[in-house]
Amino acid sequence: MAVGQNVLRKEGVEKLTGAARYIDDIALEGMLYGKTIRSPLARGLIKSISFDTDFDWSPITVCDWRDIPGENFVALIENDQPLLVARDVRHAEEPILLIAAESRTLVEEAASRIRIEYEELTPVLSIEESLDCREIIYGDDNVFKRFLIARGEVDEGINQGDLIIEGCYRVPHQEQLYIEPQGMIAIPTDTGMTVLGSMQCPYYVHKALKQLFNLSDEQAVVIQTMTGGGFGGKEEYPSMIACHAALLAHKAQRPVKIIYDRAEDIAATTKRHPGVIRHRTAVTRDGRLTASEIDIVLDGGAYVTLTPVVLSRAAIHALGPYRCENVRITARAVATNTPPNGAFRGFGAPQVAFAYEMQMEKIALRLGIDPLELRRINMLKEGDITATGQQLRWSVGSEDVLNAAVERSHFREKQEAIQIERASGDSRKRRGVGLSFFFHGAGFTGSGEAKMKARAGIEITDQGRARVLSSSTEIGQGTQTIFCQIVADELGIGFDDVEIEETDTSRVPDSGPTVASRTCMVVGRVIQLAAREIKEKIKRFAAELFGAPEIDLMEGRFVEGGKVLASFAEVAREYAAQNGKLKVESQYASPMGVEWDDDSYSGDAYPAFSWGAEVAEVEVDMDTFEVSVLKITTAQDIGRAIHPLLAAGQIEGGTLQAVGYGLTEELVWDQGRIVNRMLTNYIIPTSMDAPDMETVIVEKEYPHGPFGAKGVGELPMDGAAPAIAAAVLNATGAFVSEIPVTPERLMMIHEGTRRESNED
Amino acid sequence: MSGNSTAHSPRSLDEAYEILSHTAAKVIAGGTDLMVLMNARQLDAEEFLDIWRIDELRGIADEGDALRIGALATYTDLIRSPIIQKYAPALVAASRMVGAVQIQNRGTLGGNIVNASPAGDSLPVLAAYDAELEIGSRRGLRRLDFNQFYTGYRRTALEADELVVSVRVPKLKADERDFFCKVGTRRAQAISKTVMAVKAKTENEILEWIRVGVGSVAPTVVRAYKTESLLAGRAITADLVEQARQSISLEVSPITDLRSTEHYRRRVTGNVLARFLREVIDSDGAGI
Repeated sequence: MAVGQNVLRKEGVEKLTGAARYIDDIALEGMLYGKTIRSPLARGLIKSISFDTDFDWSPITVCDWRDIPGENFVALIENDQPLLVARDVRHAEEPILLIAAESRTLVEEAASRIRIEYEELTPVLSIEESLDCREIIYGDDNVFKRFLIARGEVDEGINQGDLIIEGCYRVPHQEQLYIEPQGMIAIPTDTGMTVLGSMQCPYYVHKALKQLFNLSDEQAVVIQTMTGGGFGGKEEYPSMIACHAALLAHKAQRPVKIIYDRAEDIAATTKRHPGVIRHRTAVTRDGRLTASEIDIVLDGGAYVTLTPVVLSRAAIHALGPYRCENVRITARAVATNTPPNGAFRGFGAPQVAFAYEMQMEKIALRLGIDPLELRRINMLKEGDITATGQQLRWSVGSEDVLNAAVERSHFREKQEAIQIERASGDSRKRRGVGLSFFFHGAGFTGSGEAKMKARAGIEITDQGRARVLSSSTEIGQGTQTIFCQIVADELGIGFDDVEIEETDTSRVPDSGPTVASRTCMVVGRVIQLAAREIKEKIKRFAAELFGAPEIDLMEGRFVEGGKVLASFAEVAREYAAQNGKLKVESQYASPMGVEWDDDSYSGDAYPAFSWGAEVAEVEVDMDTFEVSVLKITTAQDIGRAIHPLLAAGQIEGGTLQAVGYGLTEELVWDQGRIVNRMLTNYIIPTSMDAPDMETVIVEKEYPHGPFGAKGVGELPMDGAAPAIAAAVLNATGAFVSEIPVTPERLMMIHEGTRRESNED
Repeated sequence: MSGNSTAHSPRSLDEAYEILSHTAAKVIAGGTDLMVLMNARQLDAEEFLDIWRIDELRGIADEGDALRIGALATYTDLIRSPIIQKYAPALVAASRMVGAVQIQNRGTLGGNIVNASPAGDSLPVLAAYDAELEIGSRRGLRRLDFNQFYTGYRRTALEADELVVSVRVPKLKADERDFFCKVGTRRAQAISKTVMAVKAKTENEILEWIRVGVGSVAPTVVRAYKTESLLAGRAITADLVEQARQSISLEVSPITDLRSTEHYRRRVTGNVLARFLREVIDSDGAGI
């Protein structure tokens, strides 16, 4: 069996030996280097563009919006984002011109010889400025999208409560910070355009490219090169870069490479949506939630892009993994003159998770109930109903993860030890322990998967090996490896006899984007079904071939009654000789009874949720207000770990990314431009800052996932920020309602708290 | 920088002085600051003087009362040197906090001095140690107190034809102590928000004298002379700790920038000095 084993990564040796070729490692004959000329202004009108007449422009290819053959937009949801600004600049770093030349030096020199004059307009730079509508930059009221989730009777629920507790929570931008920056090469072909590059979603790029040049499915070819991380940052933005490279390539009729350096990548590409989330919760004295009103406002940036989908996930997760009969969740996304915010691991959920978990901490504090006890009283269990009216029918690991995290971390013992330590006197270094409890819907929201109908397939090669055909990308998370494990076990052949087709739109079907914790659960399932069908076909063939009706395929051998009749490869070759190539393509269908209503925004938001609980232990230096995370213990129910080591890696990596979100990662803005655009000043945790981590994988199998698997990609991003903030509260008494908990912010809260207690 | 830059790579100091006497070559040692600027296309230089191969600039020597540290000593050299460990422990502590291991292997003490960043990690130590610089040119050698070297933000007393050759650091004596603390929010690859080094002579909780060097809180690394004189000759009490904390908070002149706020820097600089003073009480009270 391969599933559940820590087999070697399919692309591991290539990466380890340096043989793997990333987009910037590729150089083609006659290739030009492209560069994007961007706006320094957040909002304004282009008055003129001039090119220095003392400079020789003959070796430079220049494109502006008039070089776009059709309509000027990046194909996505609303198609409102232009590829190149014609006149109206709506955010800083917005692309205006593209230039290309034979060397990077020459292209830089040319860039310095272009002058663009603007008429400045007053920009809208924050959620507050957008909501006050003094400047209207979108529609009538600057609101991109609204959602309402309503269940029960909120007024009645408030009456049933003994206490009403209000909280307002703020969450910041966050940069994905994949190690490999964005990059693409576009190659004009006789029939159309081929694009290679670093990306999560080849078919998104394919769609944008087809739209740009009005190409057929076959004329546009998109190939993913080895990709050094994505985290959502390579979901939608690569379409923009691919189209830019393609515009230059089309005009020059030569291959064009565009690689962003770190500063350009941080300054211009998408970020996690910042937000303001308000909670108003009614509770009984014994800690039961009787009503919950939640208002979410996210900053979408200058264009719609993926914002409605992020907002939807935020709204659906806003109540958290808790039971409450009377709920009203209102969600809005507003426009600002900042670079569009987009996909980032968690996709709206980490924002609301910080808010709902800090609200639980606040309720516990006000009621004088232990925070763990409060979670136990209200947690969702199997059979319970969520805010959207979804009854949790299967694979609910809520109690299991909470128990595992509490036991493995010795949460109770730590709480007591800290209390005793505290009683023995004031220390300049204070320890604290805090927990968080969270869930994450796997796969697309609502009817998304039913509409997407993800496709994937398997073909048997001439050598008699199974080859997986899928556009799900390997971005470091292990797609290739787990797909091969699933096929090996379902088909009954060895892991080494399964291979992966290149992620090339001319060779693989559209499996949907590599996002939303869906690759294993949804596409893995489709591949499992394809493997099942292949097995049926080849077994039937072998049964006839050998006159052995009871024949079975196990570990690459056809056997009957304990006797080996032939190898899989032998039979496969015979099959091909008689019937032609054996190839099966399958399609995703939602499990029976999973239903969602887009109009009322109710029903089964996700076929299944993954569940997590986390305990953070911190030490706060009361001289510098620096928070050291000493240990994180996290238990996560992901259905089934196809590859336990890769799954644990996902959990640890996501948790550390969330430590940065909670503690240090903060963008500094000046007039709508990001100032800290380097690794020295955008502060992510280093290996020295990584806490000890203990990861517990809980496996409550999901009946419709491959071998019981659900999603693991995003869940780890949800829990660390609130767990750390709860631990800081435990350590210092400072209630943090805004992340990151920088030393500067913690010092201000501490000073405020001291002043308040002095006044009392 | 365009493609046609030139670099001189002499093997002796005399050759280097000669080149500096008639060119405007930019001096490059480990390159850990300059290469970052170059990569960001912010370095306006076409001619370089690479001093990496001048062995006269290397070596750490015991000269009796003082240690002589060649300008090309890397942070790793400092961390590993038994005499630095013994006689200048705060310099080891500072070196360990520079960048990460790769930077420590390549970055040099001389480079940190000449780069003249107010956030240079080693500089508060040199300030507190009352270090002395040996500066050379074709015109000869001269000595300058480290505390007189900086003339303004990123400005130094170094003439265009001069090189910093070595740094002399008085040895820490048995009845003296030192202290280093960098506040940079993450544990590696951090640029400080405030960074402090202290050298002091104490006896039975009496501070005979104290020297406090602070970085990232003024246009250059500075000494907190006012606070030093407030403390000199006094017994360390809780009240004096509080006075010192407030004194240094007011004495420094930090700004709000990308990395931190003025308020945070003032307050935490005070807290860090208070931490040192409490450590003195704790250790002296505990048995000296």
